[in-house]
Amino acid sequence: MRTTDIVTTAIGNSFRSRLRTTLTVLAIFIGAFTLTTTNALGTGVNEYIDTQITSIGAPDVMNVSKPTLASDAGDGPAPYDPDAGSEIDTNAGPPGTTVLALSDADVDEIRAVEGITDAQPLVSVRPDFVEWQDNGRFQLSISPFSSGVTLDLAAGSGFDQASTEFEIVLPTTYVDTLGFASETAAVGESVRIGVTDAVGEQHLIDATVVGIQNPTLVGTGASTNTALTTALFDAQRTGLPEQTSTDYASATARFDADASDEEIQAIKDRLVDAGFAGTTVADQIGTFQSVVDGIILVLNAFAVIALIAAGFGIINTLLMSVQERTREIGLMKAMGMSGARIFALFSTEAVFIGFLGSAIGAVVAIAVGSVVSSVLAEGFLSGLAGLQILTFAPASIASVFALVMGIAFLASTLPASRAARQSPIDSLRYE
Amino acid sequence: MPGTANTAKMRDMSSSVLTARNLSKHYGTGDARFDALRGIDLDIREGESVAIVGKSGSGKSTLMHILALLDSPSSGELEIVGQNAKALKGRALNTLRNATFGFVFQQFFLNSHATVLENVILPLKIARLGSRERKAKALETLALVELTEKAGSKAMDLSGGQKQRVVIARALVGDPRIIFADEPTGNLDSATGAIIENLLFSLNRDRGITLVIVTHDDDLAARADRRIYLRDGRLVGESDLKSPPAQATTPNGTTLA
Repeated sequence: MRTTDIVTTAIGNSFRSRLRTTLTVLAIFIGAFTLTTTNALGTGVNEYIDTQITSIGAPDVMNVSKPTLASDAGDGPAPYDPDAGSEIDTNAGPPGTTVLALSDADVDEIRAVEGITDAQPLVSVRPDFVEWQDNGRFQLSISPFSSGVTLDLAAGSGFDQASTEFEIVLPTTYVDTLGFASETAAVGESVRIGVTDAVGEQHLIDATVVGIQNPTLVGTGASTNTALTTALFDAQRTGLPEQTSTDYASATARFDADASDEEIQAIKDRLVDAGFAGTTVADQIGTFQSVVDGIILVLNAFAVIALIAAGFGIINTLLMSVQERTREIGLMKAMGMSGARIFALFSTEAVFIGFLGSAIGAVVAIAVGSVVSSVLAEGFLSGLAGLQILTFAPASIASVFALVMGIAFLASTLPASRAARQSPIDSLRYE
Repeated sequence: MPGTANTAKMRDMSSSVLTARNLSKHYGTGDARFDALRGIDLDIREGESVAIVGKSGSGKSTLMHILALLDSPSSGELEIVGQNAKALKGRALNTLRNATFGFVFQQFFLNSHATVLENVILPLKIARLGSRERKAKALETLALVELTEKAGSKAMDLSGGQKQRVVIARALVGDPRIIFADEPTGNLDSATGAIIENLLFSLNRDRGITLVIVTHDDDLAARADRRIYLRDGRLVGESDLKSPPAQATTPNGTTLA
């Protein structure tokens, strides 16, 4: 028999016992549907995290701080180090985590590390309010991580770091609050920011809105360009004695945007040697991704268990089929069909049943998933703009097909080899 | 098609297509040992029609299965179209089965859900013929058994006689040299049985196909060129048409009509 004949015959045979085939396909469908859905969940969440990474930080930026030397609770208090500087609360890590403050000298030292092109201390700016055209004053927090950021903008073009103009990007939540008609209407408008200095005097600084930013996983702060950040920082420090040392929680170091993972690791190692610790944005958010991957792996394992159960269904179906077609198998062998071809006939039938199950599973999963996903994006998950919770990637659907058809083939080997070994004479005996 | 029929008859009548020497077949060992065949010697010539006659349990079906390479003998030699049966394995065996043999069974062994045409096409499909070619050939063969108009019907919708004609068409479609028929009229009433008999013997006569019929029906056996009688796995008598029917006696001593 030619291969095409084997395929068409096998497909025809699988429809001979419709109810049995339908039930087996149903069992596979359940597994394939679950697997497609869990994969889509993983893809959706990971893709969202990926966009978050790019929106939070450029790939060529690293956050550098000076870690405190870990002291075991049992060792008693660590000895005083006069050169260590003061400890500063940090947003990174569990509440109460502190890092040693960076001085200007430290920032210079970071700048000198091989592979780092520039380092800027991360200044903390705490404005009092923002207002537009006397529509009321509202609290404003400025995202500390604004240098080198690629923003996920809903409107506007974003700011120019090199510009001397004061530019600000506001989160979408400020559009209505401040009284703008729409996101696009807000772009180009001038807002007033108030900041209080060390002696309690309030300064007002005007800045141009150059963009509206989608909310991100890490909060809804506004972003400012370097010129505005510096202006706000200077205003904030007005009245402080000149010799007051400046302490920074961390610094933002830039490196070559084309750096490979190995090169980035080398830079990190050199920072550690110099007594600092560098974390890229990918490091920080990559942790989320490994958690998500872990959860998806467990869910996939359950789906695969369902598929293995369905595999036993295939064995059962095919064994019955071989039993029923004993005579036919004997006849084909008597007519000169080889055992290998008979094996191929039955295993193709199983693979086809697997294909049907995964095709129906994938189609239904995509149909249901797309509806559920968009309903959730409008309702329950509307706070996370841009999150398509179920994203169906062609590669993962293809791998579901391959897996299911592989399991179906494995399941077919027992019945198919039984059919292939059948002796024509035993099959054709009657009386 | 009288043309093909005549050329087929041109095959050398004297050469042997099946030669068996001292064929034995037993099942089991020790006390459970059962000898189905005990030392059979047999020659079947090209274009001949031979009836293997015997009661149920005489070993006639076992003999046919061995001659048709569906089973292997416990001992003895078998030569088929000049080839030693023992040496035939794998692909060579399958090709020989496909190209040389046609089978007609008492139980038709048709795929009842498939159409008549699909049933007839099966041996050609196994022979890896192209779909257009095999369809043309199958329709040609169906015309020969006068079932052209039934080509599209499901096999289960046919009468017994029609089914057996489909089976003959299926046996014939691969242009075999030998057709093995195991009780071909066993399941049919005598009128339909006669049609099937006529068909089989005309194939033998007109196309020169060697016919080996296994039967316990003396009337059917009487139409063959030669009859071989089997009892308890042994050859107990032989008769051919050239000798007067009155002198041809069955092993029981009863005279053949």
